[in-house]
Amino acid sequence: MHSDQIISRLPYSSPFLFVDAISEVNENSITGSYYFSPELDFYKGHFKTEPVTPGVILTECMAQIGLVCFGIYLLNSENSEQDQPKIAMTSSDVEYLLPVPPGEEVRVVSEKIYYRFNKLKCRVKMFNAEEKLVCRGELAGMILASKSGSNE
Amino acid sequence: MSEQEIILRLKKIVEPYVQRLEGLNNFREETDFLRDLEINSANLVDVVLDVEDEFDIMIDNDSMDGMLTVGDAKDIIQNKIG
Repeated sequence: MHSDQIISRLPYSSPFLFVDAISEVNENSITGSYYFSPELDFYKGHFKTEPVTPGVILTECMAQIGLVCFGIYLLNSENSEQDQPKIAMTSSDVEYLLPVPPGEEVRVVSEKIYYRFNKLKCRVKMFNAEEKLVCRGELAGMILASKSGSNE
Repeated sequence: MSEQEIILRLKKIVEPYVQRLEGLNNFREETDFLRDLEINSANLVDVVLDVEDEFDIMIDNDSMDGMLTVGDAKDIIQNKIG
């Protein structure tokens, strides 16, 4: 499954799509990237005097790449015929280590902790253009398949 | 392994996920994971994975679906460990 195929199945669009490309994906991990354009609307208010990417948006970016894109890939590998799976985030536990200014490209790496009983739990890291770790944590989501597929 | 021991070990496993702590005071076979302990359904997956590790068993999708109470879990564990 190619990067474009995965991204085309995402349920998001601008201004809430935070994935540009998936560079690597396999059964155990996924790597993707996103460029935070200075034109993004939230920079006008976060903060009033100095724009910084909000932590919730960094978490969303980590989740879109690390859980949703990954989940689409994993579901597809099971030969599930669903083309628009529903994935709901169920928990997030993230540390924010460095600020991400407007105009930065980030890389997200997500490693599977487990994918069982329709729940995908991952250890996710985000790196900035200098390859410095900007946030890390654990995210989990339920993949709500309308067809009952096995994930053993 | 006695039923009591299984239930005692189960209680230790579920404790970190329990949102309704009163439910733990009266932890018995009829205790319902979602209703009495208010464990969220996504965390129930973690409970099941911890049960697998603790008792060294594999739990399949059908068993998972039928695991609503402490008694259900105890029965499944007893069956698997023989």
